[in-house]
Amino acid sequence: MSSIMSDLDEADATVRVRFVVNGRKTACDVAPRDTLVDCLRTQLELTGTHAGCEMGACGACLVQLDGRAVHACLMFAVQADGARIDTIEGLSESGVIADLQAEFHRRNALQCGFCTPGMLINAHELLSNVARPSREAIRDALSGNFCRCTGYEAIVDAIAAVAEARAAKAAQGAEGASS
Amino acid sequence: MTAPLTPLDRPNSYIGRSVPRPNAKRLLAGRGRYVTDIRLPRMLHAAFLRSPHAHARIISIDADAARALAGVHLIATGADLARICTPWTGTLDHFKGMTSEPQLPLPLDRVVWAGQAVVAVVADSRALAEDALELISVDYEELPAVVDLDEARQPGTPRANPASQSNICFRTQLDSGGVDEVFVAAAHVIEQQFSFGRHTPVTLEPRAIVADYEPDSGMLTVHHATQTPYQFQDLYSRHYNIPEARVRVIAPDIGGSFGMKLHVYHEDMAVVGLSMMLGRPVKYVADRIESFVSDIHARDHRVQARMAIDADGKILAMDVHDATAIGAFSTYPRTSVVEGNQVIRLIGAPYDFTSYRAALEVVFQNKVQTSQYRAVGHPIACAVTERMVDIAASRAGFDPLAMRDRNVIADDAYPLVSPTGYKFEALSHQACLRRLREIMDYDALRGEQAELRRRGVHRGIGIATFVEITNPSPAFYGVGGARISSQDGATISLTPTGEVRCAISVTEQGQGTEAIIGQIVADQLGLAQEHVKVITGDTEVTPHGGATWACRGAGIGGETALQAARRLKANILAIAALVLQEQAAALDIVDGQVVSAASRQPRLDVAEIARIAYFRSDTLPPGTQAQLTVSHHFAPQGYPFAFTNGIQGCSLEVDVDTGFVKLLKHYVVEDCGRIINPMLVDEQLRGGVVQGLGAALFEECRYGETGQLLNGSLADYLVPMAMEMPDIVIDHVETPTADTILGAKGCGEAGTAAASACVLNAVNDALTPFGASINTIPITPARILKALNRY
Amino acid sequence: MKARAFSYFRASTVEEALDAHAQGGDDARYIAGGQSLVPALALRLQAPRRLVDINHIDELRGVRREGEWLRIGALTRHCEMLTEPLIAEFAPLLRAAAPFVAHPAIRNRGTLGGSVALADPASEFPAVVLALEAEIEVAGPAGRRRVRAEDFFVDLFETALAPGELLVAVHVPLFNPGQRIAFDELARRRGDYALVGCGISATCADDLITDIRIAFFSVGNVPTRARRAESEIAGSRLSPDVIAAAQAALGEDLAPDDGDDVPAAMRLHLARVLLGRLLGQIGGAT
Ligand SMILES: Cc1cc2nc3c(=O)[nH]c(=O)nc-3n(C[C@H](O)[C@H](O)[C@H](O)COP(=O)(O)OP(=O)(O)OC[C@H]3O[C@@H](n4cnc5c(N)ncnc54)[C@H](O)[C@@H]3O)c2cc1C
Ligand code: FES
Ligand code: FES
Repeated sequence: MSSIMSDLDEADATVRVRFVVNGRKTACDVAPRDTLVDCLRTQLELTGTHAGCEMGACGACLVQLDGRAVHACLMFAVQADGARIDTIEGLSESGVIADLQAEFHRRNALQCGFCTPGMLINAHELLSNVARPSREAIRDALSGNFCRCTGYEAIVDAIAAVAEARAAKAAQGAEGASS
Repeated sequence: MTAPLTPLDRPNSYIGRSVPRPNAKRLLAGRGRYVTDIRLPRMLHAAFLRSPHAHARIISIDADAARALAGVHLIATGADLARICTPWTGTLDHFKGMTSEPQLPLPLDRVVWAGQAVVAVVADSRALAEDALELISVDYEELPAVVDLDEARQPGTPRANPASQSNICFRTQLDSGGVDEVFVAAAHVIEQQFSFGRHTPVTLEPRAIVADYEPDSGMLTVHHATQTPYQFQDLYSRHYNIPEARVRVIAPDIGGSFGMKLHVYHEDMAVVGLSMMLGRPVKYVADRIESFVSDIHARDHRVQARMAIDADGKILAMDVHDATAIGAFSTYPRTSVVEGNQVIRLIGAPYDFTSYRAALEVVFQNKVQTSQYRAVGHPIACAVTERMVDIAASRAGFDPLAMRDRNVIADDAYPLVSPTGYKFEALSHQACLRRLREIMDYDALRGEQAELRRRGVHRGIGIATFVEITNPSPAFYGVGGARISSQDGATISLTPTGEVRCAISVTEQGQGTEAIIGQIVADQLGLAQEHVKVITGDTEVTPHGGATWACRGAGIGGETALQAARRLKANILAIAALVLQEQAAALDIVDGQVVSAASRQPRLDVAEIARIAYFRSDTLPPGTQAQLTVSHHFAPQGYPFAFTNGIQGCSLEVDVDTGFVKLLKHYVVEDCGRIINPMLVDEQLRGGVVQGLGAALFEECRYGETGQLLNGSLADYLVPMAMEMPDIVIDHVETPTADTILGAKGCGEAGTAAASACVLNAVNDALTPFGASINTIPITPARILKALNRY
Repeated sequence: MKARAFSYFRASTVEEALDAHAQGGDDARYIAGGQSLVPALALRLQAPRRLVDINHIDELRGVRREGEWLRIGALTRHCEMLTEPLIAEFAPLLRAAAPFVAHPAIRNRGTLGGSVALADPASEFPAVVLALEAEIEVAGPAGRRRVRAEDFFVDLFETALAPGELLVAVHVPLFNPGQRIAFDELARRRGDYALVGCGISATCADDLITDIRIAFFSVGNVPTRARRAESEIAGSRLSPDVIAAAQAALGEDLAPDDGDDVPAAMRLHLARVLLGRLLGQIGGAT
């Protein structure tokens, strides 16, 4: 085993990677060729991140890397050394996407659930960037997330409903503050 | 309906209610447990070397270097696995005269499609197994490959399987008699050819299996991403000669199936054998590239159709020829001819005419197998029928909706037998048509279309009526000799705390099977749904049953649960009657309480009955044996299938300069009988529609001349994505079947059945001013521009 | 779909990266966003023995004005094209193209340098760089140089980068208010590589086009300037006749190949339709 900053490593030697996964400092030994999605799923047993294509075309593997949604199949785990990674498990536990999850549930915006973690991570990022996206903007934001089961409409509905609810809450908060 | 169902305003009346799925929360938190997630102690990983050729003889295999690689545990060829696995043949007796070659997990001496697995490697990790694949060399002698459907049908073409007589797998005909005479006398005869590209299901979770053979006990446990665990229990037992009771198949969460995950795949069979050879768990997950060349494909058809109509636009007769190419083998155990068979039997199904003739020709070619995928045959039958109806309408001078109004079977004409022999109990085409006209605001849409056309904007409106086959009886597979059950079984228990546990043979892939079974059981037993636990997908835990295919979950599984729950309720009330010194008939259960049936006065907690029965049976009258577990089976009787029907509409815009199509809105009116959970039904329809829309505009497995799949990746095979899909408006007509108490039929395939037909009609509608027409699916920009002569 | 084994080196300076690459010889590869490279590795279409990660080299980051040029660091992510004010102001054509590049999460990782270095003929940014007459700053064992965009794209996935050279930045001449831009593409689905796409940068005096640069992508082995079409337009007003002449001239400018589902003639037709629409926008912006 050797460290990332050291001299050129041998191809099959494992490397110790340290990162903050779901808020917890974590270290694991990976081969340079192990993708982040494989590392999360097998070594860290965070199986909520899925692999549907391993080439960036389905969105099932989205995680947050330093706060931004990225495909865990398009990164090697070694590259994430020093980064902060949040997966569906962490986002669930912290409660930041609880409203999205509840609305997905109420609206049945999932069937088999295989695309769902990726959808949630993308929806979370969208709503952090745009407070009240149009349906068109929501569909655009999901343009890289394949769902074979739902037909997408329920997912769009759920995200739109959460956006409305958050906006209403923010407006109330603002009103409350001014009065 | 043989018994009235409780109205919705009573407590625990769950039938007809949009309650969210209890098991979905887990999935939302990333806590699903899919086969791809499963890791067992000492588990190894399999990978397969695949044939680059569509047809070739295997001269030799050199795997020495791969075998020597550290971390490689086993390299197995066809011959190795043939020693322990018996071959299978994808034929059924009731398809008279059909043939198919025997199949083995891996081929012995010949490959018959590009992508066929040839050598298996088992290693410590998937990456190592792939390293080993690169070290194996196979010497092939290329043979002539049969690629194109029309070419395969030509006499004198090389054969996809040289040992067989010809490339014909199966032929059949239907003839109501006197068809030629009707055509001769008809006012108009329309003739059209259609072509349908190959599609593939593309479940988001690929095929996955973990086989664990334990040599000491001789026990095989298979975690298998499948819809039909019992079918696989039977197959693994028979082909690997393991007593059935020692084979356990577990289907945990499944990332989509759509019919794709109930067929026998060579790799899956091989993995069971590999685990037996090693005595260790072996996992195989098809990667996406492998999925494209090894999952079943579907819908490779060419149809020649004729329709006769009279001067008033009344359909008199249809005459069709369907040719379909299915790959080099017929799929096991359901065969690859069911699709074609359903195409010729469903064509014309919504319409009132009696003269019908059809011929089906199923041929082999050197491609991966086709077989049942969501809405088996329906999209083809529907597209052909509905396009013919539109052409006929324009010939006879009728609006498409009026043409359908004039020709669909009247709602009061049932029961009735179709010219293809299907027995319809009760359908509602007229009612659905009326509803569609309203929800589309059809006349306004036509007005807007005319207005925009004047401004050079080319909108199209498409309509498609359909009939869907659901809830098959043993007439479907059983009579053909397949050990595929048309019945389901449930074991339902009152637990000591008064909750209910229902283990049932139907399975869940996200459509909400467990939710609706829970609703039915809670409804029938008078409990809150959260007190009902539903268990599916484990042959060791639930009774044997057909599981989930052909939209049978609600109709057959639901009825099984309903009847089981009624029996359990009777048993609970029998004990309650003893305790309360009452007649059982005078008691009922509401909200977990035994009440007097007349006054609804609570008398006793159901939990109290459970407590007494399980822990204080001494307080019951002597001779009483409380039966708080009931096992019950239900097989459909009466009609061989529960047919459902509906109609779809769509509005779209064609950019006539680029050939691009923008879907604007889609509409569905559907009749699936009793609706248990409207929200889940609507979402089944939406998902189904989008699979049909993808098929209509995007999806096609394209092959090169030598039989290699050209677009076998998720970047190149275009699945429908959110941005291109429209919102879908849904409405219902409810005609319950009288064959069951529940009255539910199926709804899972209805969306897919007619969506592509709608789009085909709408695109043609948009192209009317140009005199251009398209009769090929998918409808690509290239095809539209070609039809418009733009390049 | 697992990559062949390789070793990994994380460089923190350009020099370190060059060294590490040089030691790996032909078998080394830089990795930037990885959004094109990782799939190629997973499919084993490429199997370098060594990856040199350039994501942590500060010099490759950032967008800043340098005189009459905007310097856009190689590591500038696609998503920054949409949010960086300097790009909106001084390189609006890059911004206009960005929403068409892949999907949000891919834009979060993919880099301008990676896109230009890869030179996928179906990619948006190489064509934009060509239309902008940008210059590409390259560092190699022999030092730094700047290559004009028109000399950079050599052939299919082949650029003026010598083995081991690192793309450091893209320098774009500053946009000025007299210029007009237009960008569009025809892709089957949102974010897909286009069947054909085009970026235009025009300089106008009132409604007279004094200078115009038209770059197409997805029409051949390299992003392609439509010089004949440009010369039909330069010095004229965008009348229907001029537009038609420019569209006709594309027959000489572009020589697309037959794809398995898109015939060459169709691609040319689409290029003409697209050009007509974009020139309509340029003309309409008066
Ligand atoms: C599903 C999907 C859809 C996509 N759709 C589009 C699309 O529509 N349009 C589009 O343009 N792109 C698309 N892309 C590709 C994406 O934009 C890539 O990010 C981009 O093409 C490459 O950038 P990168 O930073 O990811 O490069 P990498 O993948 O890291 O590298 C690509 C190549 O460039 C080399 N390289 C990278 N940086 C440098 C440098 N600074 N100096 C020298 N060599 C370097 C690498 O060695 C490698 O050979 C898509 C990708 C995916 C997965
Ligand atoms: S697995 Fe990463 S995008 Fe499909
Ligand atoms: S819910 Fe199954 S893929 Fe989206």
